[in-house]
Formats: sequence, structure tokens, C-alpha cells
Amino acid sequence: MDTNKTTYNRRSFLKASLLSGGGMMLSVSWLSSFKAADKLEALNLPPQWSQLNAYIQITADNVVKLLCPNPEFGQNVMTSLPMILAEELDVDWKNVVVEMGHHDNTKLGPQFTGGSNSVRMYWKPLREAGAAARQMLREAAAQTWSVPVDDVTTKAGMLQHSSGKSAKYGEMATKAATLAVPKGMKLKAPKDFSIVRKSKKNVEGQKIVTGKPLFGLDYRQEGMLIAMIQHPPAFGMKLKSFDASQTLKMPGIKDVFSLKLYEDSFEQGGFDTRTFNDLLVVVGKTTWEVMNARKKLKVEWEPAGDTKDTMMGRGGKREVTVPGGLESTSAQLDKMAEYAKKSAQQLRKDGDPETAFKNAAQIIERTYNAPFLAHNCMEPMNFFAHVTEEKALLVGPLQAPGWTEPTLSKILKLPADKIEIQMTRMGGGFGRRAYGHYLTEAALISKKAKAPIKLIYTREDDMTYGIYRPMYTATYRAALDANKNLIAFHVKGGGIPEHAIHANRFPAGAVDNYLAEGWEIPSNITIGAFRAPRSNFNAAAEQSFLDEVAEAMGKDPIEFRLELLKRAKESPVGKNNEYDPDRYAGVLKLVKDKSGWNKPGNEKYHRGVAAYFCHNSYAAHVVDMVTRDGQPYVERVLSAMDCGIVINPDAATNMVQGAVVDGIGNAFYGALTHKAGAAEQSNFHNYRMIRHNEAPKQIEVHFVENDLDPTGLGEPPFPPVFGAVANALYKTTGKRHYNQPFKPVLDKRI
Amino acid sequence: MAIYNLKINGKIKQVNVDPSTPMLWVLRDHLDLPGTKYGCGIAQCGACKVHLNGVAVPSCQLPVSAVGKQAVTTIEGLSAKGDHPVQKAWLEHDVAQCGYCQAGQIMTAASLLKENPKPTDADIDAYMSGNICRCGTYLRIKEAIKSAAKEANTSSTRK
Ligand code: FES
Ligand code: FES
Repeated sequence: MDTNKTTYNRRSFLKASLLSGGGMMLSVSWLSSFKAADKLEALNLPPQWSQLNAYIQITADNVVKLLCPNPEFGQNVMTSLPMILAEELDVDWKNVVVEMGHHDNTKLGPQFTGGSNSVRMYWKPLREAGAAARQMLREAAAQTWSVPVDDVTTKAGMLQHSSGKSAKYGEMATKAATLAVPKGMKLKAPKDFSIVRKSKKNVEGQKIVTGKPLFGLDYRQEGMLIAMIQHPPAFGMKLKSFDASQTLKMPGIKDVFSLKLYEDSFEQGGFDTRTFNDLLVVVGKTTWEVMNARKKLKVEWEPAGDTKDTMMGRGGKREVTVPGGLESTSAQLDKMAEYAKKSAQQLRKDGDPETAFKNAAQIIERTYNAPFLAHNCMEPMNFFAHVTEEKALLVGPLQAPGWTEPTLSKILKLPADKIEIQMTRMGGGFGRRAYGHYLTEAALISKKAKAPIKLIYTREDDMTYGIYRPMYTATYRAALDANKNLIAFHVKGGGIPEHAIHANRFPAGAVDNYLAEGWEIPSNITIGAFRAPRSNFNAAAEQSFLDEVAEAMGKDPIEFRLELLKRAKESPVGKNNEYDPDRYAGVLKLVKDKSGWNKPGNEKYHRGVAAYFCHNSYAAHVVDMVTRDGQPYVERVLSAMDCGIVINPDAATNMVQGAVVDGIGNAFYGALTHKAGAAEQSNFHNYRMIRHNEAPKQIEVHFVENDLDPTGLGEPPFPPVFGAVANALYKTTGKRHYNQPFKPVLDKRI
Repeated sequence: MAIYNLKINGKIKQVNVDPSTPMLWVLRDHLDLPGTKYGCGIAQCGACKVHLNGVAVPSCQLPVSAVGKQAVTTIEGLSAKGDHPVQKAWLEHDVAQCGYCQAGQIMTAASLLKENPKPTDADIDAYMSGNICRCGTYLRIKEAIKSAAKEANTSSTRK
């Protein structure tokens, strides 16, 4: 068993892939699974590729195939990561075809889509892989032409020598693939980039607009059956007994059974979160038949009571009690208010906040609340599995194959090299698909049904048995002296089942006396990462609060933040401040400039500003609100981002625009509430999503220009949208809004 | 179960399914046309939109028994070469993020432009508001519809 399969290090996977894939790589197994890309078909290519490393293959005709290591969920990595390779390889983008790599951490690196890490983690390794392959091609040409390698230059997929000799990469690829892998190649200076920083269209655009089967839900195999799970009607319940006789009489139904996802002693990793452990499964021929037959199940459910999970984490093994009981949102809110008064865990303390608050001339204290959120990926959870005693094939939408594979290996009792995971394009992820329980469920169902199956969650399953954004609250306090100087800052945050506080983020480092505390209430409602975890609440609460503090101090909200950032830069308070004050101030200054903040010409707007740092990038937004038919609408948003080098500017702009729309939608409407353990929203008729007519008319995105290594972009623009919306809403309605979502409150008021 | 001869993308296709089966699942499970997407199953998201006699309708609410002789067009059949003005405009504006909703958006947009070749922003908002895009590509969709409208209008005046 290959136990190292999920460990990697940047150098070793480049090297390992080159060695193991070295030589003239005529990969038969790979070709058999090859779904002819349209472009390749059109070119009528010979099935012969020279593999220069795990990411790069070249044909004699100079078609360059680049493998995208990371799963694609709309962040456009299938375009941006190959762009990085192509840049250093020095090829003509027109000759590039891109394919999604299957899961193989030893060759393709971490393959994790999440945490805004794709570009950040692959930037250097992919540049190195591109540069090494280019060098091998130069070396091959130098040997063929008997000239010094230094005299061989490249240009857009061509090798050249001053003697006039030239060759396509493809002509030298076979030889190049036999050469040793060079190390320590000099990488291009940013000023020499010709592909990176130039907008490239989505490589799967044509397939998307013509409805090609790209997604997990579209995948099918001969003889494949459809499976659905009947979950308990509420969190806190479990399966007692069932009668499937009516279901089994329905057309197309093959089997009904129950099975356990994890055995009692199963040691869960951080991403093994699952909603329920007892699975009641219906298997049949087609989706519609299974949907209908599932309704005929007669099931008895019973209270689950307190249960224990064995968790494996950084601190080693620990037992966690998941409380029983049927939770309701109203009771949860009461409980949070009660916990907020109790003492909490200190997360950071600078100076003497207690004394400063005691001596304050004015204290501002505000409490913010936000509900559970469902991810609501447009493509509901699903996965294909074909598991036999010997091996497993799994195909579908997944953010983190490297985390799911070890779990699967344990549960199926199969070595990792007998498990093949293929990642399809995902119809959204937003963190939800980092939790691969649905893949494991599919695998167990396939094994028991002895057939290839596709597990499908209906929209209702997806929404009511989610792995939600937690429910959060935070109380912020600011102490001002008689001259209205900010002398102390205190945040005490809590959540169900975890709090959101990032203790070392702004304004930590900018205030002499600072205290951050956190507390948590356990729950049986399952939670997990949701686009910019924790930050998505912090930015809302803290950025609204700072707006209010600035107002109390009689300061402009942008100038107030800039003053704090100046302080954090010139004489930072405390240690471990996570942000770079210059870059933070940079996005604020850029958005100030681009929005014409405090400049004439914007009188028709009610303006709100917010900024935030998370996932290694900086974001600031100005939200311009108007009132139409008595309702507040975000008319325009101006955004400033600093994520270092922007690989694909137009696609990056698209992602920021999407994050802005997502933020407005969730701030206004997003909420998943519970009554007696059951989700009160089950589909889009009662879980309101932002729609065309509610989206801003304009979202203008500006990037700070610098040559810093690129950082994340999927998450960072999202959190501050909430704060900017809240601040604009205050200007629009004359009232501060502390509880998300804002729309229900507005509807009652207006 | 009953046998239906359906006119899909200009060809007659035969299926033997329960009369209640929505066209969404007939297309996806029986006719191997998975371009039409499942998003909600209750006419709330628009991911499943197809043209019924040229007009966009949610196929999740269209039982196979109600189709009769009416022509059904799916994203796979919107144009022979993927070059319908709306598809072209979608590529020009690089609209898609995850892409899952886009077949439904494109089918709805094509239907809008057929009914109303020069839609205003408000027309677009009203016609498209049944289509959710979780990734938030609404602005680009609007721009793409306007481009497609312009393209269609200039090419028709050229004729
Ligand atoms: S699936 Fe038909 S409208 Fe959502
Ligand atoms: S592009 Fe992802 S849902 Fe629209």
C-alpha cells in the first residue's frame, strides 16, 4: 500500500513525476480513458505524446497538453493554472489543450481546491515545471544541432539557433523526455510575462455553452444505477426501523437497504464531517423512479440522543460528544445571548483593556448575529462509484480528493493505489465539496448493491442535510477617551458550534488595549467551511462596527481605518499581527480614489465602505445603494483588490463580481433556520437567492498592481461585501442593522 | 409506462417511460442529453429550461405526457455548431464561472431575444429572474444578452 500517496512536497513531486513519467511516455492506460477533446479531434492527432513531466505533454505536431491538477468549481483554475505552466514553457496559447488531471498527489501535488490556495500553492511549482520542461527541450535541440545549449532560444513553442536552425517543440519532445530534469531554473521576471496577466477565455467555455457533459451529475456508465438516501427528518434523529415493501413494488426499483457510514470507532479527520451515519438507501434504474419510490418508504425514526465521535486532529485523538435533542433557531438565539454573558476563552490581549474601558469617556457596544447558511451549490451533491472487492472507481465533483482518499481506503479496506478518483467540473463548491462524505456514501452503496451507481442528492436533500456555515454572534466594544481617541477595543465572539474570531487580524495591532475572546456551543447541526470561513461573519460585524465607531469619533470611515493602519505600521501593538498594513491601506486608498469617495457626483447614492484581509489577500468595496419603490437596492459596487500578480485579469474580475453578488445575496436573504431539528427551508421557494433583478447594475473591479507572488481570490472579496452593504444600508434607512439577513427586517420596517 | 415519440432537436426520439416523468429526466436519463440541468425540480431555478415550440419552459415541470407533437429544443440543439448569437455572446463575455446554470440561462436568453429582439435592462431582469446563478454572473449575462441582441439586429438589417 502506498501510504505516502497523500503526502507531497513541492520539489519531490516535480522530481518524482519527471522520473516516473520520464522517457517516451506512451501511456496506454491514460489513452484508453481519453475523451477526445474537440480540438484534438479536429487536429486528427496521432496518439503519441511525449511527457516532459506530470503536467506537460507535447505531440510531434506541437500540440501542448497541460494537465490542471486542481479541481475546477468556477474559480477558473483550468485556465489559470495552465497559463502559469505555459508562461514558463514558452508556448503559443493557441496550441494548448487543457485536461483535468485525475487524483494523484504523488505526481500532481496537493490537488486541493479551497482556501483560495490553488494559484498560491501552484504558482512556484508550475513555473518550475514549465521552466524545467523548456530547458529539456532546449537541451534536446542543442544536442541534435551540436550547439551549446545557451545559444538555443525559444519563442512561442519554437526552438531557434543563431545559425538559422529552428524546430518546433514537438520535434524535440521525444528526445527531451529522455533527458535528466534540470533543477534551479531561472524563472521569468514579471516584466517578461506574455501569457500571465493577459486575459484568456475559459478553456471549457465552448463546452459549457453547448451543454457538454462536464459535471458529476452528467457522468454515466453502462449499467449504472441511481441511488438516493432517505435521511432522518431532523438533526438529532436516527433510523429506528423501515418497511420498504411499497417502495420495492415501484417500477425500476432494485434494492432498499440501510448501512452505516462510519463504524463506531472510526477516527474522523477534519473533513470527514457527515450529516448522518445511518443511511437508508433506495437503488433503482432512473432518477425519477427512485425519487418517487423513496416517498413510499415507511420509516420510524427515533431520537439519536448524545453520540460520540472520535476525532483525529492536530492535538491527536479526542472524543467529542455530539449533543442529542432537537434544536430550534429561536432557542439557539436565546442560548447564544446567555452564553455571551458568561466568561469566555481569551484569544489575545494587548495592554490593559479592563482599565482602559473603566476610564473611558464613552463606550460603544454593539452585538451582531448571523444565521446558518446553506451552500446551495447549483449542482446538488452527487458522486459516481463503482466498487468491487478489488478496486474502486469514483467520479464526480469534489474539492479535496487527497483528504477523501485515505478515508475511503480505510472504509473500503482497499489500498490507495486501488482507488481511482476522477474529478469532474463542479457546479459550485463554496467549501461544501471539501467534505467528501457523499463520495464515501456512494462507494459503500455501490459495494453493497454490487453495481456501478450514482448517488444523487435532490435539492431538498442538499439543503436540509447540509454542512452549513455556523451560526455566529459577536459583541464589539470600543472605548473612547474625552478627546474621542480610540483607547481600547474588545471583541467577544461565539457561535454554534464554533466562533468566528480571528484574534490577530485588524484592528489588533492598531489599538493599545485590545482583547479578543471566544466561546462555543456544541450542536448536532453539521457545519463546515463556507466561502471565506469565519471571515465571512467577522468582516460583516467588525466592519459595521468600525463604521459606527468612526461616526462616533466624527471621522470619515476610510480616513479612520487609514489612521489605524498607519499606527499598525509605525508602531504595531503586540505580536503575530497577520496583515500587512501597507497592503491593507493600499486597497482602501485605491477604492477611495476609484469611487470618488467624498467627491461630488455621487450624491444620488447612499455609500458604504468596508475592507478586509483574509486568505492572504486584501479587499475593499464601496457599495452604492439607492431606493427604488421604497426598497433599498445595491446599484453599483466599486472594488479594490490586492492579490499580488493577477494571472487572468478578466476571469479574476468575473470572480470578484461574483463574490460581490454572492455577498449581497447572502447579506440580504441568506438564512437556514431550524425548528425541532428540521431545516425550515428546503428549496429555492423558501430559501431566497439573489436574482437578476437584485444584482447591482455595475461592479467595477480594480487590482493593485504589483509584482508580488499571487494569492487567493475566490474568498477574499466576499467577506467585506457584508460590511459595506450594512454600512450603505445605514445611510439608506437611517438605521443600523445588526442581524443578518437584512431583508426580513427591512420588510417589516418599510 | 407508455411509449412516446418526441420531437427533440429536430429528430423523433422514442422513449418508454411513466407518463408523469418530467422532460428533464427523460432528456437526462433516457435520451443521453445531459446539457439540461437539474437544480431544484420545482420551477424555481431555471437550470432545466428547454424550448417548447421555441419558448423557454422549465423542463422539470413538463411531464412527458404533456409534450405531444410540440418541438423540444435543448441546449445541445440550440445551434448546429454552438454558434447561436447567444452562445457566441456568452463566450465573448466569458460569462461562466462554474457553468452549471448557464445552459438554462442561455436557453432563456435565446427565448427572450426571439420574443423581444431589443430588450431593455428591465425587460432582461424580468425575463431572466427565474434563472438563479449561484456564482453571481448576472452582470455578464446581461451584457452578453445585449451583445447578442445587437449582433442579431445588425445581421438582420444586413440581410
Ligand atoms: S430544475 Fe427546473 S427550474 Fe430548477
Ligand atoms: S455559473 Fe455557477 S451557477 Fe451560474
